[in-house]
Amino acid sequence: MRGLRLDRLRVMRGGTLLVDLDLDVAPGEVLTIMGPSGSGKSTALAAIMGTLGPGVRQSGRIWLDGRDVTGLPTRERRIGLLFQEDVLFPHLSVAGNLGFGLPAGVRGAERRARIETALEQADLAGFADRDPATLSGGQRARVALLRTLLAEPAALLLDEPFSRLDATLRAQIRTFVLERARQKGLPVILVSHDPEDAAAAGGRVVAPAEGRGSTPEGT
Amino acid sequence: MRQRAGGLLRQAPRLTLALMLVPVAAGLAGTIAPAFGLGGTPGLQSFRALADWPGLGAAVRLSLVTGLAATGLSLALTLLILALLPGGRIFGAVLRLLSPLLAVPHAAVALGLAFLIAPSGWIVRALSPWATGWDTPPDLLTLNDPAGLALIAGLVAKEVPFLLLMSLAALPQTDAPRRTMLAQTLGYGRAAGWAFAVLPALYAQIRLPCYAVLAYSMTAVEMAMILGPTRPPTLAVQIALWMADPALAERGRAAAAALLQLTLVLGALALWRTGELVVRRVLLGAAARGWRGARLDRLLRPLTLAATALVLAAVGVGLAGLALWSVAGLWSFPDSLPQTMSLRIWREAAPDLARHAALTLGLGAAVAGVALILALACLEAEQRHALSPSSRAMAVLYLPLIVPQVAFLPGLQVAALGLGLDGTPLAVAAAHLIFVLPYVFLSLSAPWRAWDARIGTVGAALGASPGRIFWRLRLPMLMRPVLTAFAVGLAVSVGQYLPTLLIGGGRVTTLTTEAVALSSGGNRRVVGAYALLQMLLPAAGFAAALVLPALVFRRRRGMRAA
Repeated sequence: MRGLRLDRLRVMRGGTLLVDLDLDVAPGEVLTIMGPSGSGKSTALAAIMGTLGPGVRQSGRIWLDGRDVTGLPTRERRIGLLFQEDVLFPHLSVAGNLGFGLPAGVRGAERRARIETALEQADLAGFADRDPATLSGGQRARVALLRTLLAEPAALLLDEPFSRLDATLRAQIRTFVLERARQKGLPVILVSHDPEDAAAAGGRVVAPAEGRGSTPEGT
Repeated sequence: MRQRAGGLLRQAPRLTLALMLVPVAAGLAGTIAPAFGLGGTPGLQSFRALADWPGLGAAVRLSLVTGLAATGLSLALTLLILALLPGGRIFGAVLRLLSPLLAVPHAAVALGLAFLIAPSGWIVRALSPWATGWDTPPDLLTLNDPAGLALIAGLVAKEVPFLLLMSLAALPQTDAPRRTMLAQTLGYGRAAGWAFAVLPALYAQIRLPCYAVLAYSMTAVEMAMILGPTRPPTLAVQIALWMADPALAERGRAAAAALLQLTLVLGALALWRTGELVVRRVLLGAAARGWRGARLDRLLRPLTLAATALVLAAVGVGLAGLALWSVAGLWSFPDSLPQTMSLRIWREAAPDLARHAALTLGLGAAVAGVALILALACLEAEQRHALSPSSRAMAVLYLPLIVPQVAFLPGLQVAALGLGLDGTPLAVAAAHLIFVLPYVFLSLSAPWRAWDARIGTVGAALGASPGRIFWRLRLPMLMRPVLTAFAVGLAVSVGQYLPTLLIGGGRVTTLTTEAVALSSGGNRRVVGAYALLQMLLPAAGFAAALVLPALVFRRRRGMRAA
């Protein structure tokens, strides 16, 4: 079965239920987990990524394209992640950042070609040797997405992506990201506190500990 | 295989702690045993021999007074600087000079200070003969004074930078600027408000460094040999003299004295702890009464500025004096500057200097390298296995800094003799490692832990293994603090005197042991050359830690120092 399935995924701290999700995200679909800060959004994200710290208890399973990834370390889950900020590696060039995402099996000329192609498709041709610190916010955001996609993920997780960008740029980047994800047929989970993000994503919206998802009116 | 590597890494913190705990414990046991005549005729004759030494009372008093006074003054000046100077230009200068100051070995600071305050030193020369009328060096005990004032001054000059560094690392967790401002809006003076609002949180973090300073100040050997009284010397110096006695006749007495020294340090620590509680009560009482202390600042601020300037000038001018002496030709009293300059000393001593510098650098680089690998393994294990260091582990980290060197090195010397390792560079390196490890770990741990964890998460989400994240992301991104920790380790190793002397058995001699040995001979030109090199090696390490990352990442704006 293709897509991402959260099978009664629950996270408890002490007696408090922080996360309670039971749903499927189909390939190309966008699901938004929305709630104010402190509502368990980042805990849900950490549970899906496999980066939960000590002091919490997790139950339920996470399935990705029919694989049970619940017990796997982050690096073997094949879930791509985009943070609020772009988190580019400051010590590597743009090409170095993209190369870090590319699987090691891709070698030599093909490696360079893949990076060049990716940059061209994002209107960043000729940026390979640039220092990431010299890029604009929008360019950095695009590099971060390219890096994630080059790692060939099977799903995409967006953590309030690009909320630091100004409104126009943010809409542009959001469209860019979501279009790419749909093209590649990736199930996408968007974590946000901003209703505008959810509306633009156009999919179902759930709260972190709400159980089954609700569909916003008008969609 | 992978499992085993993971298992090894997981054991790194335990292994590292054992590397510090076992030598200290074994050394203590080995030092104390001969005091009771173990190995010969058991009994208390060693203690009787010690009691018969006429200098005992004075040596004990010196150890206590110089240790407590130096620690008290160092802590007071450190706290005053932190409370009163932030925001000013002087504070920026102090911050910039901190690393170079820390890099200067104790012996070099002491030698520089000695050149400054000796009866034939720069201060007297600057005032003679026009103000003093002296044509020959006066017969004054400005150096090696029986009260140990010169020794206290030297210790303060060296320990204030250390306490400042430890405090600066702890300050961000105390929310100091906001608390100070809040106290000031309530009408408190800057010093009083800081003492009420910031000091309690800060002191809890720098308590162990303070204990280390107290233990060190009471038992410092090389500084006391250069600056301290001579008849009798401090207890620690006397122990070192007895220990180094080639006849082995004084071993029992030295062991008894080492046990006494350990007891004295423990007693002084207890006294210090009592002082902490008293000061705490006084502070709490004053705060509860709402004592604003607004007028205190007018008195304390000039005092702080003067004391800070004095410390910086004493070290800076003293070291300049060392450098000048090493190239001085004819320089007779009371001239302020040499009549002629000459590189004769450097030429003549070049082969010896080069040999000692090479060994010092080799030892230091090897020890700092091993310490760095262990510290990195500990921190990486902490990260991968979600371990958190207990306060007991932190205490073990400070153990080699708090247990007096004279109380456990003699035991280690005996162990090295037994293993046939005494007098080998390997044994000396192992002894250095005990003292280098804590400093390297303390220097590296804060920036290592402060690394943005999201970078690691992004790396993992891109499919990178923990090893790849370590080698390709964390290590290069933290190149500057890693190299700085290495430079700290190098500086600590270069500065080691007693471990080199005792474990090296006179066959492994470094710039430091040579500089101290030559200092009693009175040839200032040679001493100046040795002390200058001794200072330059660590300085080169710190310079490399600054320049290399800037060079490697010259095209990465995001990697520049914040």
